[in-house]
Amino acid sequence: MNDMRILERDVDTNTIKIAARGVQVYYGDNHAIKDVDVDIQDKTVTAFIGPSGCGKSTFLRCLNRMNDTIDVCRVEGDIHIDGEDIYDKRVDPVQLRAKVGMVFQKPNPFPKSIYDNVAYGPRIHGLAKNKAELDEIVENALRRAAIWSEVKDRLTAPGTGLSGGQQQRLCIARAVATEPEVLLMDEPCSALDPIATAQVEELIDELRQNYSVVIVTHSMQQAARVSQKTAFFHLGNLVEYGETGNIFTNPEDPRTESYITGRIG
Amino acid sequence: MALGLTGYVVLAIILLTVAAFFMARSRAKSTAGGDIRLLHSLPNYYGYNAAMFAAVPAFGVLMIWLLAQPMIIENSVFKLIPERIVSEGSSRGLVMSDVRRVAEGLDIAVAQGALTDDEADNIRTEFKDVRSILGSVGVALGSNVEPEVLYAAQQYRAKSETGTFWMSVAVVALAALGAALAIFVTNADFRARNTVERGALALLILAASLAILTTVGIVLSMLFESINFFRLHPWTDFFFGGSWAPNFRGDSDLSILPLLWGTLYISVIALLVAVPIGLFAAIYLSEYAGPKTRSAAKPLLEILAGIPTIVYGLFALLTVGPALVSIFGRGEAGLLGVDWMSGATAVLTAGLVMGIMLIPFVSSLSDDIINAVPQSMRDGSFGLGATHSETIRQVVLPAALPGIVGAVLLAASRAIGETMIVVLGAGAIAKFSLNPLEAMTTITTRIVSQLTGDTDFASPETLVAFALGLTLFVLTLGLNVLALYIVRKYREQYE
Ligand SMILES: Nc1ncnc2c1ncn2[C@@H]1O[C@H](COP(=O)(O)OP(=O)(O)OP(=O)(O)O)[C@@H](O)[C@H]1O
Ligand SMILES: [Mg+2]
Repeated sequence: MNDMRILERDVDTNTIKIAARGVQVYYGDNHAIKDVDVDIQDKTVTAFIGPSGCGKSTFLRCLNRMNDTIDVCRVEGDIHIDGEDIYDKRVDPVQLRAKVGMVFQKPNPFPKSIYDNVAYGPRIHGLAKNKAELDEIVENALRRAAIWSEVKDRLTAPGTGLSGGQQQRLCIARAVATEPEVLLMDEPCSALDPIATAQVEELIDELRQNYSVVIVTHSMQQAARVSQKTAFFHLGNLVEYGETGNIFTNPEDPRTESYITGRIG
Repeated sequence: MALGLTGYVVLAIILLTVAAFFMARSRAKSTAGGDIRLLHSLPNYYGYNAAMFAAVPAFGVLMIWLLAQPMIIENSVFKLIPERIVSEGSSRGLVMSDVRRVAEGLDIAVAQGALTDDEADNIRTEFKDVRSILGSVGVALGSNVEPEVLYAAQQYRAKSETGTFWMSVAVVALAALGAALAIFVTNADFRARNTVERGALALLILAASLAILTTVGIVLSMLFESINFFRLHPWTDFFFGGSWAPNFRGDSDLSILPLLWGTLYISVIALLVAVPIGLFAAIYLSEYAGPKTRSAAKPLLEILAGIPTIVYGLFALLTVGPALVSIFGRGEAGLLGVDWMSGATAVLTAGLVMGIMLIPFVSSLSDDIINAVPQSMRDGSFGLGATHSETIRQVVLPAALPGIVGAVLLAASRAIGETMIVVLGAGAIAKFSLNPLEAMTTITTRIVSQLTGDTDFASPETLVAFALGLTLFVLTLGLNVLALYIVRKYREQYE
C-alpha cells in the first residue's frame, strides 16, 4: 500500500495550480497571515496543519476570496490560479468560487431539502440540461460524499435535520456537485466517525485524479494518509512546506518537529 | 394650600417609614455591639425591612379604602333618594350624580368660607338658595336643589367624613404597628436581607400582574358591554347582516360585515405597499449597505414610525387624496381624463398612507430577522459561486421566511386596528365594493363615530361600538398570537 502511494507520487504532474507570493492578511489590526509563499500543485492533495488559531482557515479562505465577505479583513500579496491573479479587478469572485469550491469547518446546510442542497450549485451554474441529468448529478455527488445510502429515501427531508456528521458529508456533496477544479476543505472530518472519515478520505483520493484538493486537518494521521504535500503553519507564518513524507519523517524546522511530536498546539 | 386629612395621613406614614428605617438600623447595629460583621445582613437591610413593614401595608389599606369608601357610601345614600324626584326621562344614576355634585359644592363652599362647616351640615333649601350659594363658589347646577337631594348630599358628606376619620386612624395605626413589629424582630440573627429580597420580588410580581390584570379588566368591560348590546340587538344581524345603517331613533341595521370588508380591503392595500417596500429596504440595509449608510438610513426610516398617525391622516386627506383625484378624477381636467374618483377620501388613499406608515414597521422587524440568519449560511452559498442576490433569494429569504411572515402578520394587525388614518382618509360610507377609488369605512372609524356626539349608553347604536371593539380585539389578538408563534418557532431553529 505504502509503496503504491510513493509510486503514485512520482506519476503526479508538477504543474502548479495555485501560486501564492507574499500573502499578508489582516483582521483590522490583527496580522493573521504573515508573508506566505506557497505553490500548490495540480492533481495533488495538500494538507495544511498547525495549531489552532495559526491562520489555516484564513489562508484557505484567501484562495477563493471568501475573505471578501468579512468587512475587517484585508488581503495583500499575489495569488495566482492557473497563472491568473485572482485578486485582479477583472476577476469575478463569483466565477472564481464556482471554480474553487469550499467545504467549511462548521457544517452549514441550507434550510432546504437534501436534494435542493446538493442541486443548489448545479442549478445556479446551469450544469444540468434537464431534471434527469440533475438527478444524476445529485445522486453522484451524494454517493461520492458517502452519504447516499443514508439519505436516498429522504431526499425531500430538510438538510438541517441530519446529524452533524451527515450534514458535513452533505456539504461535501454540495461542493462536489458543482464540479470545482480546486476543492478547499476546512477540517471536513472533524465531526465524522472513523467509517465516514475513511469514506471521505477515499473521496479525496479519488478527487485527486482530476482536481487539486487542499485540506485543513488537525489529525496528523489524516494528513499523512491522504496528502502528498503538507504545509505547516505557526502563528501566521508558513514554517515548512514540502513532501508529506519528508515533513513527517524528517522535518527541517524545530517548530514542525515539536508540533508533529505533540509538543506545541 | 392646606392639606386634607388624607394628605396628613400620607405624611404621617412617610414620617413613620423614615423613622422606622433609622430606628431599625441603629437597633441592628447596637444588637451586634457595633461590629456589623456579626449581623446577618448589612445594617441598611434592617432599615429597608422596617421601612417596608411600615409603608407597604399602610399604603395598601389606604388605597383600598379610598377606592371602596365612595362606593359603599354611595350605595347607602342611594337608598335615601325617593322615587318621586327621579323625574321622567331621568334615572337614579343621574340624580345620584347631582347628589355628588352638591356634596362637592358644599365642600368647596366650606373651603372658600362661603359657608361654615355647621351651616353646610344643616342648611335647608327651604331657608336658603343653595343653588346661588354654590353658584357663587363656582359650582353651577342645572336646576334648583331639591330638599331630598340636599339631604342626601349632606348625608354623603357626613358619612365621607366619618369614613375618612376612621381610615386615618386605621392606616396610621397599621403603619405604626408594622414599624414596631419590624423593629422588635430586628436582631443580629434576623435575615433582613432575605425579607427585603422577597419584598423586591413581590413588587416585581405586582407590577407584572397589574399589567395583565388591566388587560383582563379591559377585555371584561368590553365583554359586558357587548353582552348588553347583544341583549338589545340580534347577534345574527351583527355577524351575518348585510348592511350598516345606524339610526338613532332605533331599528338600525348594525352588521359588522360591510365594515370588516372596508377594514380588510384597506389593510390589504396597505400591506401591498408596505411589505415589498419594507422588505426591500430591509434587504438593502442588512445585506448591501455599509455600516455608515446603515447607521444613517436606519434611524431615518424609523423616524417614519415616530410620526403620529393623525399626521398621516392629514397627509392622506390633504396631499395623497387630492393627488389621486387629480389622476383618477376630474374628467377631462384630470391626468388620465377619466372620472372614476370623486372625493379625496377613498380606500386607495387610506391604504397608500397606511402602507407608508407600516414601512418602518415591516423593515425594522425584517431587518432583525434577516440579520439573525447565520453568516455561515451565506458563506455556504457564496462558496458555491452564488452571487449576492442569488444568495439572498435562495438562501437568506427562505431561511428568514417564517420570521418575515410573522412580521407581516404583526403589520396586518396594526393595519386592522389603525384609526386616525382611516377616519380622515377612508370616508364614512359602509358598503361592499371592489372599487378602491370609492370611499368606504372601517370598524375603527365606526367605533369613533358611534361614540362621539350625543350618546346614550343604553341604546344598541352606541353599545354596538363595544361589540365592534371586541371583534377587532379578537381579530388582532389572533393575528398577534399567530405571528408571535411563527416568529418564536423560527427563532428556535437557530438557537
Ligand atoms: N472573522 C474574523 N474576524 C477577526 N479575526 C479573525 C476572524 N477569523 C479569524 N480571525 C483571527 O485570525 C487568526 C487565525 O484564525 P483562523 O481561523 O485562520 O485559525 P485556524 O488556524 O483555522 O484555527 P482552527 O484550527 O482553530 O480552526 C486568529 O487569531 C483569529 O482570531
Ligand atoms: Mg479553522
